[in-house]
Amino acid sequence: MTLSDLDRRTLLRATGAAMLLGAGWPAGASQPLFAQGGAALSGEEITLTLSKGHLPIDGKPAAAIAINGSVPGPTLRLKQGQQLRLTVINELDEDASLHWHGLLLPFQMDGVPGVSFPGIPPRGRFTYEFPVTQSGTYWYHSHSGFQELMGAYGAIVIEPAEGMPAAEQVLVLSDHAFVHPAHILHNLKQDSDYYNRQPSTLQGLLQGQGKPLAERLGWAKMRMDPGDISDVSGAVLRYLVNGHGPQEGWNALFTPGQPLRLRVINAAGMSFFNLRIPGLPLEVIAADGQDVRPVSVDELQIGPGETYDLRVTPPDSRAYAFVAESADRSGMARATLAPAAGMKAEFPPLRPRPLLTMKDMGMDMPKGSSMKMTMRDGSLAPQVAMGPGVDMISAMPMDRTGDPGVGLDGLGHRVLTYHDLLALNPMPDTRAPEREVEVHLTGSMERYMWSMDGKTMRSAHDPLPFRTGERVRVTLVNDTMMAHPIHLHGHLFDLVTGQGLHAPRKHTVTVQPGGKASFDVTPEPGDWAFHCHLFLHMAMGMMRVAQVRPAKDMQVHPA
Amino acid sequence: MRRLAFIALTLACASPAFAQDHAHDAPPAADAADPVGTDQPAGSASAPSMAHNRAADRYYDPVAMARAEAAMMREGGGPYGAAVLDLAEYRLNRGRDSYEWEGEGWVGDLNRFVLRSRGEGEVGQKLDHGEVEAAYSRALTPWWNVQAGVRQDFGQGPARTHAMVALEGLAPYRFDVLAQAYLSDRGEVSARLEVSADQRITRKLVLQPRGEVLLAAQDLPGQRLGAGLSSAEAGLRLRYEFTRKFAPYVGVNWEWLPGRSGDLARLRGDSANSRGLVLGLHGWF
Ligand SMILES: [Cu+2]
Repeated sequence: MTLSDLDRRTLLRATGAAMLLGAGWPAGASQPLFAQGGAALSGEEITLTLSKGHLPIDGKPAAAIAINGSVPGPTLRLKQGQQLRLTVINELDEDASLHWHGLLLPFQMDGVPGVSFPGIPPRGRFTYEFPVTQSGTYWYHSHSGFQELMGAYGAIVIEPAEGMPAAEQVLVLSDHAFVHPAHILHNLKQDSDYYNRQPSTLQGLLQGQGKPLAERLGWAKMRMDPGDISDVSGAVLRYLVNGHGPQEGWNALFTPGQPLRLRVINAAGMSFFNLRIPGLPLEVIAADGQDVRPVSVDELQIGPGETYDLRVTPPDSRAYAFVAESADRSGMARATLAPAAGMKAEFPPLRPRPLLTMKDMGMDMPKGSSMKMTMRDGSLAPQVAMGPGVDMISAMPMDRTGDPGVGLDGLGHRVLTYHDLLALNPMPDTRAPEREVEVHLTGSMERYMWSMDGKTMRSAHDPLPFRTGERVRVTLVNDTMMAHPIHLHGHLFDLVTGQGLHAPRKHTVTVQPGGKASFDVTPEPGDWAFHCHLFLHMAMGMMRVAQVRPAKDMQVHPA
Repeated sequence: MRRLAFIALTLACASPAFAQDHAHDAPPAADAADPVGTDQPAGSASAPSMAHNRAADRYYDPVAMARAEAAMMREGGGPYGAAVLDLAEYRLNRGRDSYEWEGEGWVGDLNRFVLRSRGEGEVGQKLDHGEVEAAYSRALTPWWNVQAGVRQDFGQGPARTHAMVALEGLAPYRFDVLAQAYLSDRGEVSARLEVSADQRITRKLVLQPRGEVLLAAQDLPGQRLGAGLSSAEAGLRLRYEFTRKFAPYVGVNWEWLPGRSGDLARLRGDSANSRGLVLGLHGWF
């Protein structure tokens, strides 16, 4: 065998693999072009069908998976207290599922294949059936493979049993690539910095931008880049509002002087968004579907999986720009709010890319402290399985629920933090937690590995055990330099932010880089998915099953 | 008991304003200082043990559940792979132009199968020296891999086969390092160390200093090199990344054949030191 033979064969094999990964499916007459944004569906019997085709993004078709022929899928408009029978038909060539994000329901209706039900086979169907007990803004999405990243999501709006509907708009934010998500993952596995198109450069140093030399050397010594805000960026993603690309934008009408409720859902697979409407304060009235005491801000960051209801009252008869800038400032999703059709808003330019600090590495040392910190001291987190998949342990993780998100400090205007959220109604379970469980969010940037406690879903079948009805505090420690939006299925938990009985109730909490966050929860029986809502992180293993069993079924762990 | 009464009271008049005023204005009485809700500290009850069953098996066919669980576990598990061309270059060297390549392909993740090849020759002549290596690579830390495998030489010298062990990875300050030790089928012992670093000048322009030394315990006829410090190379390459995956470069490269290697080269009529402009392509897919 000669070298050229070998080389060519390697080449062919690799090319074959790359081609398999690279293409979604070819655009063609056999593939339908999907609608952008779906109709509203109501009632007790709803049918949703998953199929593949193409979504036009700023006029260019991208391979996509739609629900009832649109991306996002139909908005489910429900009424608190109603019964719901949802039949999901899978017209894909692979297993599918739909999960009802933020809804409290029996676990076997939650829709996570392999955890709460067997999934829906190709050309099969499954009927979900459960009562609608809550009200607010929620959403649904596929929990199979990469389908969510390709468009399989939609909004759920539940009207309270009593109360008058007011003027409102649903804004589903998402990100969509013209390449298959598996191709993105392949690139990240080879070069985790691949989509960071704003890296630190010598040019920047000479022009006095970014970090000074001494700090750059510090980051280089750690083999980290302070510019790693998002691992997938606007270099490959288009940021959408209700299925519309940034060029095209999405438009909504308002009546000047009248309040308008914006139900904002972050359905993006891999993107945090910074939301603002220049010239208009945002009154936050609900978070994750739960009413909060109205709080007025100028900007807020929304993590994947989170929802916020914002009340705005545009005073003037002009067009306003709704800006959803990706956290790494590599692109924005755009919507125009206008008093009349055809008006165009002026969009601000992207702001400069933020940089991480030592606080984001969990190493914010008090001044004058003589303690020597190392980046990867496993003794600080005995439960973490140290290995090639864990590149740092936060030496001094701080509660960062009072921080607004990377790059949003010191902007000179009001930016929401979790500390600003106060539940309108006091929490239903006021007991003190009987115990605390700590979960470390771990990873290895260089290898693009993500895990909990150093173990991936594959390496640790071990669930997180809970007793039905116990009151437990879960503390999430972020041992990475990326923010992770952590979602617990089927529960609303009470964030520990010093608000006592008015702790904000959420289903998804963003844990800032190098920081920690705690919530108190009363577990419901069943097996529930518990994972990072950055879908590639979840796919790589930043996920566990929360296993909730009656106390009598469990032996007490020997102390 | 007092706490319970307080909670009951708070719940009874649970208007948000009450809690807020209370938190801010209450005198530091013992009652008021009692934390409520999420302000309470967690107790130290023990954790339950794991149950070894699936809750969903009560509602669905356990066989279907097991299949779905196995499929879910497989998701994101790869295999991954890439083919990387580190160097593929033409060296302009005073009428004796040469070429050189170095690249590798891998499949896997923490455990990888690696196929590496490198070689060089003079333009218009038969290939001088080439190598193909196959190795198993295992992740040691987030940045380092250990590798073990075999290498086959071909070219002008006798075709040797070697056993190889290597340490490969990213050193602090982001230096790419490949350190390899070889034992040939004739008992020859040698080692190679390659170090390079990427310095980003602009978003698309990358300067890469690169060094390589070869050490041998005895002469290496397979590579036509002598014992001791057998060869040393230093280069500076400036590449332009049209994309990360396609980046042509220009650079300079120095090559020294010290001591015995130099003597052997002069006997063949070659020069012991060379310096040349290089033009090449860096990429991966
Ligand atoms: Cu994550």
